[in-house]
Amino acid sequence: MILNPGILALLFGSTIAFVMLLYAAGLGVKILSRWDPQSSSEEQLLLERKTYLVSTIVNFAFGFEILSGLLFIYTVEDIHRLFIGAMCATGALNANQIGWLALLIKIILFFAAALWVHFNRLDQRAEDTPLVRPKYLGLLLLTPLVGLDLFLQYSYFTGLQPEIITSCCGSLFSLGNDSVASELAGLPAKPTMLAFFLIAGSCLIIQTLCLASKKAIFRYLLFVNALALFFISMASIVSFISLYIYQMPTHHCPFDMLQQNYAFVGYPIYIGLFTGTLFGLIPGLSQPLKKIASLKREIDKYERRWLLLSFFGIVIFLLIVAWPILFGPFILLGY
Amino acid sequence: MAALIQTEALCKIYNRQRPDEVQALSEIDFTIEQGEVAVLKGPSGSGKTSLLSLIGGMTRPTSGSILLSGNDIAKLPERFLAGIRRKSFGFIFQQFNLLRDLSVRDNILLPLYPTELKTAEMQKRAGEILESLDLASKQKMKVRQLSGGEQQRAAIARALINRPQIIIADEPSAHLDSKLTEELLAILTRLKTEGKTIIIATHDPSIYQHELIDRSYLMHDGSLVEAEQL
Amino acid sequence: MISGKLKILEHALLSMGRRKQKNFAIIAVYTLTVATLASILFLTQSLRTEARNVLLDAPDLVVQRLAAGRHDLIPNHYAEKIGQLPGVGNVTPRIWGYYYDSLKKVNFTLMGIGPKERDLQLFSGELPKTAKQCALGNGIAKAYGVELGDSLVLVDSQNRTLLYEITGLFDHQSNLLTNDLILLTEPELRRFFNLPADRATDLAVQVYNQREIATLAKKIKYELPDTRPVGKTEILHTYDTVFNWRSGIMLTVFVSALIAFCILAWDKATGISAEEKREIGILKAIGWDTTDVLMLKFWEGLAVSLSSFLLGSSIAYLHIYFYGASVLTPVIQGWSVLFPEFQLTPAIDLYQIFVLAILTIVPYIACTVIPSWKSAITDPDSVMRS
Ligand SMILES: Nc1ncnc2c1ncn2[C@@H]1O[C@H](COP(=O)(O)OP(=O)(O)O)[C@@H](O)[C@H]1O
Ligand SMILES: [Mg+2]
Repeated sequence: MILNPGILALLFGSTIAFVMLLYAAGLGVKILSRWDPQSSSEEQLLLERKTYLVSTIVNFAFGFEILSGLLFIYTVEDIHRLFIGAMCATGALNANQIGWLALLIKIILFFAAALWVHFNRLDQRAEDTPLVRPKYLGLLLLTPLVGLDLFLQYSYFTGLQPEIITSCCGSLFSLGNDSVASELAGLPAKPTMLAFFLIAGSCLIIQTLCLASKKAIFRYLLFVNALALFFISMASIVSFISLYIYQMPTHHCPFDMLQQNYAFVGYPIYIGLFTGTLFGLIPGLSQPLKKIASLKREIDKYERRWLLLSFFGIVIFLLIVAWPILFGPFILLGY
Repeated sequence: MAALIQTEALCKIYNRQRPDEVQALSEIDFTIEQGEVAVLKGPSGSGKTSLLSLIGGMTRPTSGSILLSGNDIAKLPERFLAGIRRKSFGFIFQQFNLLRDLSVRDNILLPLYPTELKTAEMQKRAGEILESLDLASKQKMKVRQLSGGEQQRAAIARALINRPQIIIADEPSAHLDSKLTEELLAILTRLKTEGKTIIIATHDPSIYQHELIDRSYLMHDGSLVEAEQL
Repeated sequence: MISGKLKILEHALLSMGRRKQKNFAIIAVYTLTVATLASILFLTQSLRTEARNVLLDAPDLVVQRLAAGRHDLIPNHYAEKIGQLPGVGNVTPRIWGYYYDSLKKVNFTLMGIGPKERDLQLFSGELPKTAKQCALGNGIAKAYGVELGDSLVLVDSQNRTLLYEITGLFDHQSNLLTNDLILLTEPELRRFFNLPADRATDLAVQVYNQREIATLAKKIKYELPDTRPVGKTEILHTYDTVFNWRSGIMLTVFVSALIAFCILAWDKATGISAEEKREIGILKAIGWDTTDVLMLKFWEGLAVSLSSFLLGSSIAYLHIYFYGASVLTPVIQGWSVLFPEFQLTPAIDLYQIFVLAILTIVPYIACTVIPSWKSAITDPDSVMRS
């Protein structure tokens, strides 16, 4: 195991978040079993007040997960020097099988927590809080996810053997290897690029349709499309977007762009992509809730804002990504 | 026309199902029309404060309903009551309940913080109200440096800043001498002419015998025993 | 919307200012905690960078001989053999060893210098030229209280007491490795340790192409099976690992301090005064929602932690870079027998700051969640009577 301050901070913080969520889940169970909106008993009042505590804890955990996602990447970046042959964060993530899994869980956790916070706020705006049950059941799913996140980070960091010789971007993403990552890198550039821009384009079109029309089908389409766009964007970042950003034909690292050398351009890219995806998922997920009168009113009030957020998130993402492809000196498809 | 506030069979039991259970209100049917001034009389412990706090959305009843412009607020979750307290009611408490270490102006602005008003609009409103209550020269002073009458006016200013429809005053003259009570009544009269609805709980005759009162209720042991239209 | 919420922040700052005594204690302890953690982080980070800089000058490859699995003297003729491999530049036999002073209970490195030694930076005086001269690292000069021109007393392997004139000193700004170093002429060092003339401690090998270090190491190992080639990069890794490990251990110790601090924070936050409770009741009665009060409390917590964080890390910065980590020295004494007292180069590493922030702010905010909630649910009804 490597004992690095960043690792310590990650494990310490995640433990705190997990313990707090366990507590929140305990409250959630209590709320689920005793909730009775018709009652004006003191107990119901106390439960109502406890929902504030649960929301605060989940908000806290959500905020922490964002920070810890960043810290995780920075830490992996920092410790890559301890591995012979690792030239960047990717190399350190390859040091054992759990690294990438931990990162994946962090991404899932981000979306899960964001959606929980979102639907909680929506629910709080309705007088009859119709989502109490699904929300607290969701909380019972979110809690083990935070536990899993802690567990995976712990196993990843304790499993690190500093002497290990790892492969780095070059070799991990080199075409001969048969890991998932190298398959992403090995995706043929032209069709991948085509698919990426097609899906991104259709996403923008569907968003426009959603803004123009109230039809449910567009919202569901947007949901599917946003999900597809997220995955294909991740694949594209490794496959060709990174090449254009670094202007090098073999540098596939999805993390280096977060560094100063590349003017921190990774931040707007990822913020755009994550915001765009999140708010692209929300209208589709909210659509079935329009059956509930009190929620329909609130959804109708805010849906436009979500669609716009999603739209601009993806536009920012696309602009930054497309810029070096269209105007940069680096030419991938030619060679 | 529906009454502005109407309670039906309103009950409040504190500490229910515990040894120290108290029935503070039982079966209250209280009504007040838009623009009226009503007074609640009755001895200490008869439930005046309890009724005011139910009407004002400070707490929820054990049973019964409270119709505010026709909407029942009795079963609303707490988070909606805060908005109702802020938008519809202005409270004048028995103790002035000002934050003593803050300036008069900051105290008056407090109810506006959770709203979506722009800062400039907030300041404008505060300026107008300070002016109308003759506090403009004292606005920078800390509340604890003010005299009793000034504190009373600051408390009224705070109650008015959100431009509420209804003013609720619980024993407003308890800490005032007769001169200041006169001043208070003058302000209340002015508010009445501006169209505010006012509910006052008091056992001070100089208030409940005043000409501005439209309706008077007598409370006893948690019940409304007598109502008279003046 | 924004202006109102900002007003809540403004009010939070205002009410903090009104409760100076209460906040002073918490900020003081918090600052101290941050300063301690930050000192450890900054110090290890600097030492790490310092070590890297030192190693930049280090030989690309050091070849040692192993006998029965232990480090042994290496025959000089190995140098010729290695020098003939393609891609190898100079091969220099090095003579050095450790010397333990039982009186002072410290360990030094004694190193021999050949006649053609290159210029040294941060060095004053001259390199030893005769058998009776020596040059010292600053740490040793401090340990013995000697200066340029004084004499140093050493006991050689035949147990004879010898006097050496100090002709040169490494400046105190010089780096980690020279701190505990004594330079003698090479023949004198061989005599001092009673070493045979045809052997060296190890061989420093220059490699033209840095990428071929590993390949060359393999070749040397193949040609001379009783040797152990150690690459510069490997040393770098070891250093990094060691420094990470050290600071990790230290941090673990201090995280317990952090937990103690959290308990205090908890205690402080829970014990809201009657006055504060009354104020929150008033705010709720005049139309603040529970979330507004939670927001107020969150801003308060953030203000406390950010100000303590800034204050604490500034103190640590001054402590490490301008006061030579004087407070931490006794704690870290075990790191090397002579802890370097040179000035570290001030450097701000954003990653370290981020780690520090997470390590200190996250637990504090977590500690305030439940107490904040407790005060936020104060019954507005309570202000109607008292
Ligand atoms: N929070 C409380 N818990 C228990 N009993 C209460 C509480 N508040 C009021 N009461 C009781 O309810 C009754 C009515 O009180 P209150 O409404 O304050 O009367 P008034 O304002 O007319 O003096 C009193 O007997 C009082 O003791
Ligand atoms: Mg009373």
